[in-house]
Amino acid sequence: MQWESWSAFFNMGGYAFYVWFSFGLTALCMVWEVIALRKRRAEALRLTQLLAQD
Amino acid sequence: MNINWFKYSSPQTFYPLAGKMIPWFAWLAAILAVAGLYIGFAIAPTDFQQGEAYRIIFVHVPAAWMSMVIYIVMAGWAAIGLALNARLSAMMAQALAPTGAIFTLIALVTGSLWGKPMWGTWWVWDARLTSELILLFLYLGFIALQSSIDDPRRADRAGALLALVGVVNVPIIYFSVKWWNTLHQGSSINMGAAPKMAATMLLGMLIMALAFWMYTVAVALMRVRCIMLERERTSDWVKELSVQGIAGVKS
Amino acid sequence: MLAFRRRSDVATTLFFFLIVSSLFPLGIGPEPAVLSSIAPGVLWVAALLAGMLSLTRLFAADFADGSLEQMLLAPQPLALLVLAKIFAHWLICGLPVVLLAPIIGLQYALPNDALLVLVFALLLGTPALSLIGAIGAALTLGVRGSGLLVALLVLPLYIPVLIFGAGAVAASQHGMSSQAHLSLLAACSLLALVLAPMATAAALRISVE
Repeated sequence: MQWESWSAFFNMGGYAFYVWFSFGLTALCMVWEVIALRKRRAEALRLTQLLAQD
Repeated sequence: MNINWFKYSSPQTFYPLAGKMIPWFAWLAAILAVAGLYIGFAIAPTDFQQGEAYRIIFVHVPAAWMSMVIYIVMAGWAAIGLALNARLSAMMAQALAPTGAIFTLIALVTGSLWGKPMWGTWWVWDARLTSELILLFLYLGFIALQSSIDDPRRADRAGALLALVGVVNVPIIYFSVKWWNTLHQGSSINMGAAPKMAATMLLGMLIMALAFWMYTVAVALMRVRCIMLERERTSDWVKELSVQGIAGVKS
Repeated sequence: MLAFRRRSDVATTLFFFLIVSSLFPLGIGPEPAVLSSIAPGVLWVAALLAGMLSLTRLFAADFADGSLEQMLLAPQPLALLVLAKIFAHWLICGLPVVLLAPIIGLQYALPNDALLVLVFALLLGTPALSLIGAIGAALTLGVRGSGLLVALLVLPLYIPVLIFGAGAVAASQHGMSSQAHLSLLAACSLLALVLAPMATAAALRISVE
């Protein structure tokens, strides 16, 4: 294990901002993309159901 | 091997197949990401020169790789779509583009976050960063062209041709940017060329790249399903699907 | 015949080129040393933008009056007809810029041999701009907002031409040989000459169908 404590891990040798910003942004983009696609699918299904009921 | 490829290339049959494939790829992506992050943060040693900041490469390099791979795969689907006049391949190309653009953006931002502590500036006109920026423009052009053409058939084919033109140009652009870079900067900054990279660092990067790849497949399949629903709204199979949806049958 | 049908295009293109390249000294300041160091890049970028202005009109008139469909059905190969259209576009929008550029280069305090290289580089490079631009024009034919879209599609593809073209002038300014740059520029144009008419023809078929 590389880290002496959790706080050392979160500190990232003084580069906490850069490292966690990078990983956070990547995670955020991916989560957002999945959520956006789920919404898009739900919306598409809703519209087809409206069409089908007509 | 006697698989009827044409059967799977129609949206009607591909839609449920993709639905079955998505969880597999999503789980693979999640497992690989956990493994990659564990190797990247817990096993890989601290870098001599860059300290802990180098750990950004575990997202930066895989994102940069994927941004290029996705463009090539996209152009491949586009070529198949043009040659065989296959709807599904054009839809796949269209489904890949936004994910590729997002990875390009991630590569750019993380590259700049890496550059700040290492070189003291947010942006250097390094050959790789510059090419990545141009790749982003190519993705945005593709997306803009497809979204501004109303007729989906024409949008498919125009986008496919643009992707092919782009893929022919990418090596030329990369070469020209490299040439420009060596003229103007010398070799003072050489990004990403780690002389002695520990094997665990490389392994972590590879596993993260695989995780991103699986994520890309899962997300592209999700998007292609959306595109199918939106395009074929009036066709019978979509109507049936939505009737099942009303009845509470999940597909 | 084609060339004179669009006399206003020549004027617009030239005027645009002139204005854009006059804005930079006003924004940056009149020191000759600064101006001559930015001149290659500025003049090339201005040439790229000026050439792009008229791209949307490359096929638009033929598309509107139906003669484009005649072209698609013509016995001659479409790529050849397209090449003729592109050559006409270059004569209208490329060549005048090439001829005007040395005069603007003088305003930027470029030395004589650099001016010569500038003209030569533009002569080699602007055909590639028209050729690549034609693909974008054909793809966006009849699309809403096509002017902006063409810029988005075509400008990234112009980058190699910009790099080699401006590099040639800069090399001659620094007393180096610009031959490598010029050869690469010629290679870009040749490659575009081979591939672009075919790609444009394919794009036209897609857009007109």
